[in-house]
Amino acid sequence: MHQRSWVGLGLLLTLTIAPAARAQVTADGLLNAGRDARNWITYSGTYASQRYSTLAQITPANAKNLELKWMYQGAVPGGWEATPLVVDGVMYVTQRPNDVVALDAKTGRVFWIYHPTLDPVQIVCCGANNRGLAILGDTLFLGTLDAHLIAIDTKTGRPVWNTKIAEGRTGYSVTMAPLVVKDKVLLGVGGSDFGVRGFVAAYDAHSGKEAWRSYMVPGPGEPGFETWQACPEKPTTYCDPEAWKHGGGAVWVTGSYDPTLNLTYWGTGNPGPDYNPFQRPGDNLYTTSVVALDADTGTLKWHYQFTPQDRYDYDAVQIPVLADLTWHGAPLKAMLWANRNGYFYLLDRATGKFLQAEPFIKLNWASGFDEGGRPIQTPQAEGQPTWPSSPGGTNWYSPSYSPRTGLFYLSVWENFAAIVKSSRSDYVEGRIFGGGGPTPFVPVPGAPTSPGFRRGPINTWTEAVGSGAIMALDATTGKLKWKFPLHDGNESGILTTASDVLFAGTNDGYFQAMDARSGTLLWKTILGGQVVNGPITYEIDGKQYVATISGLSLCVFGLHE
Amino acid sequence: MMTRRATVARTVALLVAALAVRAHAQVTSDRLVNAARDAQNWITYSGTYFSQRHSTLAQITPANVKNLELKWMYQAAAPGGWQTSPLVVDGIMYVTQRPNDVVALDAKTGRVFWIYRHTLDPTQIVCCGANNRGLAMLGDTLFMGTLDARLVAIDAKTGRPIWNIAVADNKAGYSVTLAPLVVKDKVLVGVGGGEFGIRGFVAAYDARTGKQVWRFYTIPGPGEAGYDTWEACPAAQKTFCDPSAWKHGGGSVWVTGSYDPALNLTYWGVGNAGPDYNQEQRPGDNLYTDSVVALDADTGALKWHYQFTPHDRYDYDSVQVPVLADITWHGAPLKAMFWANRNGYFYVLDRETGQFLLGKPFVKVNWSSGIDEHGRPIQTPQPPGQPTWPGNQGGTNWYSPSYSPRTRLFYLSAWENYATIFGGLPAEYQEGRGFGGGVLRPVEPVPGAPGLAGLGRRGPINNWTETAGSGAVIALDPTTGERKWRFPTTDVTDSGILTTATDLLFTGGREGYFQALDARTGTLLWKASLGAQIINAPTTYAVDGKQYVATVSGLSLCVFGLRE
Amino acid sequence: MHRHALRLLAVLGLAVLGSTSLAAQAPGNGHPEDYAPADIAYGARLYDSQCTTCHGPNGDGVGGIDFKTGKFHTAVTDRDLAGVITNGVAGKGMPAFKFDASELAGVIAYLRNINAFDRSSVKPGDAVRGQQVFEGKGDCGHCHRVGARGPRAAPDLSDIGATRGAGSIMRTLMDPSSQMMPINRPVHAVTRDGRVINGRRLNEDTYTVQLIDDQERLVSLTKADLREYTIRTVSPMPSYKGKLTDEEAADLLAYLLSLKGR
Repeated sequence: MHQRSWVGLGLLLTLTIAPAARAQVTADGLLNAGRDARNWITYSGTYASQRYSTLAQITPANAKNLELKWMYQGAVPGGWEATPLVVDGVMYVTQRPNDVVALDAKTGRVFWIYHPTLDPVQIVCCGANNRGLAILGDTLFLGTLDAHLIAIDTKTGRPVWNTKIAEGRTGYSVTMAPLVVKDKVLLGVGGSDFGVRGFVAAYDAHSGKEAWRSYMVPGPGEPGFETWQACPEKPTTYCDPEAWKHGGGAVWVTGSYDPTLNLTYWGTGNPGPDYNPFQRPGDNLYTTSVVALDADTGTLKWHYQFTPQDRYDYDAVQIPVLADLTWHGAPLKAMLWANRNGYFYLLDRATGKFLQAEPFIKLNWASGFDEGGRPIQTPQAEGQPTWPSSPGGTNWYSPSYSPRTGLFYLSVWENFAAIVKSSRSDYVEGRIFGGGGPTPFVPVPGAPTSPGFRRGPINTWTEAVGSGAIMALDATTGKLKWKFPLHDGNESGILTTASDVLFAGTNDGYFQAMDARSGTLLWKTILGGQVVNGPITYEIDGKQYVATISGLSLCVFGLHE
Repeated sequence: MMTRRATVARTVALLVAALAVRAHAQVTSDRLVNAARDAQNWITYSGTYFSQRHSTLAQITPANVKNLELKWMYQAAAPGGWQTSPLVVDGIMYVTQRPNDVVALDAKTGRVFWIYRHTLDPTQIVCCGANNRGLAMLGDTLFMGTLDARLVAIDAKTGRPIWNIAVADNKAGYSVTLAPLVVKDKVLVGVGGGEFGIRGFVAAYDARTGKQVWRFYTIPGPGEAGYDTWEACPAAQKTFCDPSAWKHGGGSVWVTGSYDPALNLTYWGVGNAGPDYNQEQRPGDNLYTDSVVALDADTGALKWHYQFTPHDRYDYDSVQVPVLADITWHGAPLKAMFWANRNGYFYVLDRETGQFLLGKPFVKVNWSSGIDEHGRPIQTPQPPGQPTWPGNQGGTNWYSPSYSPRTRLFYLSAWENYATIFGGLPAEYQEGRGFGGGVLRPVEPVPGAPGLAGLGRRGPINNWTETAGSGAVIALDPTTGERKWRFPTTDVTDSGILTTATDLLFTGGREGYFQALDARTGTLLWKASLGAQIINAPTTYAVDGKQYVATVSGLSLCVFGLRE
Repeated sequence: MHRHALRLLAVLGLAVLGSTSLAAQAPGNGHPEDYAPADIAYGARLYDSQCTTCHGPNGDGVGGIDFKTGKFHTAVTDRDLAGVITNGVAGKGMPAFKFDASELAGVIAYLRNINAFDRSSVKPGDAVRGQQVFEGKGDCGHCHRVGARGPRAAPDLSDIGATRGAGSIMRTLMDPSSQMMPINRPVHAVTRDGRVINGRRLNEDTYTVQLIDDQERLVSLTKADLREYTIRTVSPMPSYKGKLTDEEAADLLAYLLSLKGR
């Protein structure tokens, strides 16, 4: 009866192709992603999140021969922050509002598009952002704006399971690419600007069942709860006795994993409300921190708080970059962290010990650190500018670390300041919970500027407002090695390769290759739209490709033949 | 060695000279007449007044076209089809983007000089989204029509508006989406709104003041010639008949016309009759809908007309670009007009007299069995429920064709084997409301199975087949109407076509490829995968001796040049 | 000025039929004979569970409206009806119903046949028994995938009950080729170096074709690299005509209609 079936047809006619029923991406494959440079199988390239590839076909010498190989365009306007995955020649990328697209990574032609039906009520701070996918076996994992986690078949684009992880209507959302560790899918939630109680949770990759959940704001009786201090009996300003309940601590950028220590690392967002520290006395753990969680249980192993009792929206939502360094003559399992607050940190990732912090831009919210690694905060007088402003010295943009150069690379906003104002914020479910806000510090008061922090195609700002740069910092000293100044602030991720080529885009629509050792510009192309994604590289049929997204165009480059 | 004072004096002199040069008007009326000799620039919508979209630039050749590379991109942010054809004048590109902006860019790098944002009436009524196809230019002034039916003059150096006048009342469904046409000292525009029961017109405005000089209604009123083609309702007619059908008779003009300076005639294609699909309620031929009209450029007086689809029931807008060419016809010189119509026929007319010379189908056609010796189609309406070829979108549409005087071939983008099942329904006119009068159904390959959303945009996955139609670039010998070659595409195409003096043909399509074909043979020479629909007409220009080719894919304006 | 006719007409409130997944086999002006029996039967069940509270079993429960007359207040075409059902009527007590495309097609088919339809002529299928047919006698899972189970060579049926009408599914069972979406056509290709590729088409353009091959790999081919390239219009799916009893077919249909995706 089935001799005419698709399967039968195939078996009859196809004897030359070996079966490929094996899973595409295994847990082992993920552990060894660094050795599988042809593919890009997790958000940051590897568990160490160095966004560094051993591919070396594109070199400083031939980078000038890069040319556009194909483009794919999204249709829904807004920043496109996704990092694609590439597995065996197929690219999986998310696009607005919450779609997944499978494309031929060589030509950009589409296999399928998955378009989930979302709750029409989505509460997200900053538009329909999604930064990407995770993969295990033949299954992709997608977080959604309405706070679901959906498993999708890589071959058919059909959903396999769909788990609601939080209540989207109260302000929870998922915009990050999940992280697969062993048989679990780990992710965090966004929503700090809506007074969520942030968490990282793990789901069984097979069933979608929750395996563990670790709240980033401890509840009564839990360690750290004491950092949500009781309100003074007679507070001079408004104080919220139940501040922890909507304490923020969102986790909206993908974490990292150290298989040897079996620890996953996650950066946490601001406390809620963002700008009014007075209504939440105490350090407000574990907001604006990095947490080390046991990958199997979610148990907190250690934490380090970058900005205690934050009042600037200094989300510590950066990618934890793991590197094995030599530190004062001894081997160190290091974590490198360029924080939104303007400091570049070196931590011991086994213990969480603070080792060093150097400012990489102008800052005045702190004057330094005590010996325990706690910043000495210097809040500015009312109406006076604070450096850096709330978008930070850097932000969620993926940095890169090259084990060849020993340099840490990041996109920065230099010399940006804001006048931060605090005001009382009463928590209302699903409503913005800001507690004040920043005003960009402009040198010509009253002069028209572009609204907010994103600029249009015409840059009406001046150097006095701030500018951008790509920086290379010495990972062990934190000192600036080189700097490539940019006219505009920068939000692009960074990619480095084993041929010491660095790829990055810019806010003003350039995509460029630079010498990772010197910062010399090797090649650039004008793409005309802001680059806010993290570039990746992959290889098919022996040819290296580099992919980035500018505006609504996903652009893939390779060498001219 | 010059003294310092001498240096200063010399510098001042140079500056003055430079300023003096710059003070010259950039685009003069003479320059427009001679645009073909000014190939490094692209100063009017279709390249020249003859609208051949053919350039004499010859640096990019069939031999080196494989070395084309992306030189720069500029991206827009407002979603939707980007149909514009940019102008390039002395190294500056002027382009419109949604909703009704003008952007001035460095044509070499794509970096922005200025952006003019027209403030639209929030209640604009347009059929098909915030389309705009481009600009006209005279002197240092750009002219843009707007969705809210205004005409704006903009300083090309500063991007500031000079004047801004109402062309028509947008509340009644009028809009301007075409690129205006400058002739002498006037700016000519037509209006869209054929789906809202407007009364279409072409009008001319003084380029300096914006004052209207003349207006030609495409629907004649009582007492005017042609009014008799809006016949009185027969007493016996049982179905709905509108006694004042002409008042909302349609005849919109939404694609740029052409101009013959020697004859001083401008030519404009006219849109469908209103309501689109219910011809029963408007007896008669319904002039000048679905026609080409030849108007005196100074007065707007009608010199001649030719109606392609009398008493249209298919929305066969004759809104194509009139292509003018001087050819030899049966041994004698002919001032010809070539016209591949939405109704599926390719026509040759005498552009001096409007005489019909040839009409031959270029796609499958069954709405008519042929054209009689007077040039009138013999109509063969299909029974209810049966498909009509070509379908509602036509065998071609507003997409700019090209004519190469070198190959003597006419090139067009076609929808092949594409049909619609039409059905009329009575429509009562209400100001500013849709006035379609019918039910449309595509011919679906698998009845009852889920389709993708309509024929409009298929999206990146093509779930249609030859049953629903496919696309092609077609090269026709205009002297016979015979196909010289055909380049088939899986999906239909709405891209315009550009040819050059090296016999290259550039075009795009819905699949997101931008490709160069050999204009003599149709052979593919080069392609770029741009990943989104191309529905604009490519242009070419040169800056500092280097030739560029520009197209728009999705929201990306892409400019290509030779790798060095 | 119709460049994008369907979208445009939708905006203008004109009738466009069969443009998406409505009961496209119907011309849309309500001729009862134009609707598939399976759609009518499916619609009858939905009507009974969703509509009778207000409209009554005979379609005359709301004053001034009698479905048996075949006339509706504002709706003329099927598209109009779909609009009223999915959007509701503000101020008139008619709520907006969240029907998927299959359900909508069924309800409309039933409304068009409310007079002629004989409930006793149709024995409603049972989805639980239908799943047994799917897995047993029908052996559908040999080729089709539902959820995380089954091969991917044939189209995934996880949401078939939301995207295809009952009539279309029934016709597929009896005459598969008649209902095969063009995108699912079997592809046979041989590359210049002799590699043979068989699979199911997912997408195609002028220069390339995308498919899932019989080893369940996503494959993209450049046509210029192929020695042979054939697309078959005959579905490899066997017809179940005469192979299932009417009852089994009805059960299978009920099961397939219950697959609504996630």
